[in-house]
Amino acid sequence: MEKTISFKLKIWRQRGPKEKGQFKVYEMKDISTDASFLEMLDILNEQLINAGEEPVVFDHDCREGICGMCSLYINGYPHGPATGATTCQLYMRRFKDGETITVEPWRSAGFPIIRDLMVDRTAYDKIMQAGGYVSINTGGVPDANSIPISKEKADLAMDAASCIGCGACENLCPSRPISAITVNGISIHHNA
Amino acid sequence: MATIDSKIPEGALAEKWSNYKAHQKLVNPANKRKLDIIVVGSGLAGASAAATLGSLGFKVKCFCIQDSPRRAHSIAAQGGINAAKNYQNDGDSVYRLFMDTIKGGDYRAREANVYRLAEVSNNIIDQCVAQGVPFAREYGGTLANRSFGGSQVSRTFYARGQTGQQLLLGAYSALCYQVNQGNVELFTRCEMLDLVMIKDDKGKERARGIIYRDLVSGEIKRCSAHAVVVGTGGYGNAYFLSTNAMTSNGSAIMQCYRKGAWFANPAFAQIHPTCIPVQGDKQSKLTLMSESLRNDGRIWVPKKLEDAQKLQKGLINPNDIPDEDRDFYLERRYPAFGNLVPRDVASRAAKERCDKGYGVNATGLAVFLDFKYAIQTFGKQVIADKYGNLFDMYEEITDVNPYENPMMIFPAIHYTMGGLWVDYELQTSIPGLFAIGECNFSDHGANRLGASALMQGLADGYFVLPYTIQSYLADQISIPRFSTDLPEFEAAEKAVKERIAKLMRINGKRSVDSIHKELGHIMWEYVGMGRTEESLKTAIKKLDEVEKTFWTDLRIPGDAQTLNVELEKALRLIDFIETGKLMAYDALNREESCGGHFREEHQTPEGEALRHDDKFSYVACWSYKGEGKKPEMLKEPLNYEFVKVETRNYKN
Repeated sequence: MEKTISFKLKIWRQRGPKEKGQFKVYEMKDISTDASFLEMLDILNEQLINAGEEPVVFDHDCREGICGMCSLYINGYPHGPATGATTCQLYMRRFKDGETITVEPWRSAGFPIIRDLMVDRTAYDKIMQAGGYVSINTGGVPDANSIPISKEKADLAMDAASCIGCGACENLCPSRPISAITVNGISIHHNA
Repeated sequence: MATIDSKIPEGALAEKWSNYKAHQKLVNPANKRKLDIIVVGSGLAGASAAATLGSLGFKVKCFCIQDSPRRAHSIAAQGGINAAKNYQNDGDSVYRLFMDTIKGGDYRAREANVYRLAEVSNNIIDQCVAQGVPFAREYGGTLANRSFGGSQVSRTFYARGQTGQQLLLGAYSALCYQVNQGNVELFTRCEMLDLVMIKDDKGKERARGIIYRDLVSGEIKRCSAHAVVVGTGGYGNAYFLSTNAMTSNGSAIMQCYRKGAWFANPAFAQIHPTCIPVQGDKQSKLTLMSESLRNDGRIWVPKKLEDAQKLQKGLINPNDIPDEDRDFYLERRYPAFGNLVPRDVASRAAKERCDKGYGVNATGLAVFLDFKYAIQTFGKQVIADKYGNLFDMYEEITDVNPYENPMMIFPAIHYTMGGLWVDYELQTSIPGLFAIGECNFSDHGANRLGASALMQGLADGYFVLPYTIQSYLADQISIPRFSTDLPEFEAAEKAVKERIAKLMRINGKRSVDSIHKELGHIMWEYVGMGRTEESLKTAIKKLDEVEKTFWTDLRIPGDAQTLNVELEKALRLIDFIETGKLMAYDALNREESCGGHFREEHQTPEGEALRHDDKFSYVACWSYKGEGKKPEMLKEPLNYEFVKVETRNYKN
């Protein structure tokens, strides 16, 4: 049997970067606990559109925890209850019937709000473009096996490289590079 | 009827690409600076092309639909990338990778293109390692490999279950380098809305720019260039539920198609066998479980119908069913390849079992992928090291622990082999318009093998297009930059604005998603895994109805001149509806079964795909004939000079 819950959604709505925002409360009824958090927002938006209102704007894309596009500060924590997963991989079974779920955009001056829950994270691209890249042109490189790299080092490199660039770590205070959250399957989310 | 020149170079198969490069026209460094190239898309194909063209000295404008190129859906590719390095000493070679890909594509791809792909595959691995991509390694420090479907060697390079991410970050880094160097200008949160064509002095129309929408401000803008490259991915979201990302769309393809570029083999869509099954009508996407899991997981359904029925009702646990009552149907039907048969074969076999009533979940639309045996053999830790993040993801979504219970999986739309027709130079039928990566049709025939999409995207972007586009641009060096005030831009922008205004005026009652779901249902039901003449005719009729619903009942709240997500989705949806029709026309025309295209009327007594090479050994190129008119189909014959065309056999 499908389990459902009903709850209040308290969501930040803000028309544009310079405009004043405010929380709005929406009643959500009989939401399947198998729905993902973003699917639950899809349901809300469907209701808003059917009522002739503008839907809540939020960033999302792959919905499988890897693109880093989704964000959201849910009940006071980036990507919601600490599950080691992104918002798109958060399922409603993590919430209780009757609770109030507070949803805010990333809270960081470096990520100005575009609208509602959508923020501007081009600061990250600027860092990359300022010199965060590897200066390699295409072609003229040695055979891939000509430089052996120990498994240990390769694994460490992979740990570091698995960051999805979502920006969640900027939203924890105090935020330091050392406390970076890498979500996808890596448990230091809890320790950040 | 126009004859189709695919510009395949002369010579022996293994020498074609070398010959081409040795004799092609080039552009000298001083002239490269005078030439602008638009690259639409910033995934593996787009980012690698833009970075490479930039490093060569061309002035590149790269368009990205997300807020950063690192978000492109290439990032979600899990399993790996193929290359013919033969590092494992297990008998691999360029020829074998070529052969596996041609055979995997069910003999519906061009020999010369596929051979070139296999040839440059090795350069890709070298390039990515030089960029610092942390591929998996052996304790000795050399690169590790694993196996993927459709091959008997281990040639897949991987970075845990996040290979696409690591390769994309490499290409993104290369792209950022070129932005820093001033060779690439990046346009993020921008979406192409039309292609702009300008006649040259001989009256020949060429691709010279695009109209795009700034998704944040809602402004419609213009951009001009000497050539346009689209690398915008596939059109799998025509099915609504797919493994694609939410913004993945086929609109750039359709815009080019409506301007005269042929759409090749639209019916060829790949259905991936190992996705988490559909759960309810509110679901927004399907999550893929990597094909690499089939290295260690065994796929089965119960042998006894009553066991399946009990599973469907939730009366028993899968672990209650003893081994002797389990039907490992892939191992049974395909002993030589077992659980590692190609995707189309594995998907159809799952459908066959479920159609007969052996499905294992409440909807009867799922089969088991079981790690019990691998855990018994290798221990839990080894399996956790290999697939830990996938297992965690599975548990998060389904609330079932796959270390203790078998995973439930079912096929889902994953990739589209069809796309813009391109010649050997990756140029479409519009001069100056090129297509790379998933959005072209070129290398996978009727079915793509696992770990070959990343290979093709990067091959096109790093090593093929940067050569072939010069053959076109060498003739353009004396053409000055184009002003976007030209009447052609004016007219294209006006048409785009009118289209948007028309959408905003509908003012009906239905949301975009609700109509998109209707489209997806029709596509899956009638243009899905098993197609018949009747189902396809029904599809065409129903798609006309959906189109009518769209134009009469759609509601887009808000204004067009600002950020408007519903408007973005509506523009994509109307193109998906048209794409869906094209897929149905193509599937109806192709009266044979091959690869991902299965016409139920055409199967062997054992239920395998039955090709008709005498009639259908060609690329179907669909040419736009105007709004509401049926497109014309042109044929590019596939002449196999080097390979003996056979029936695919994964049994022995």
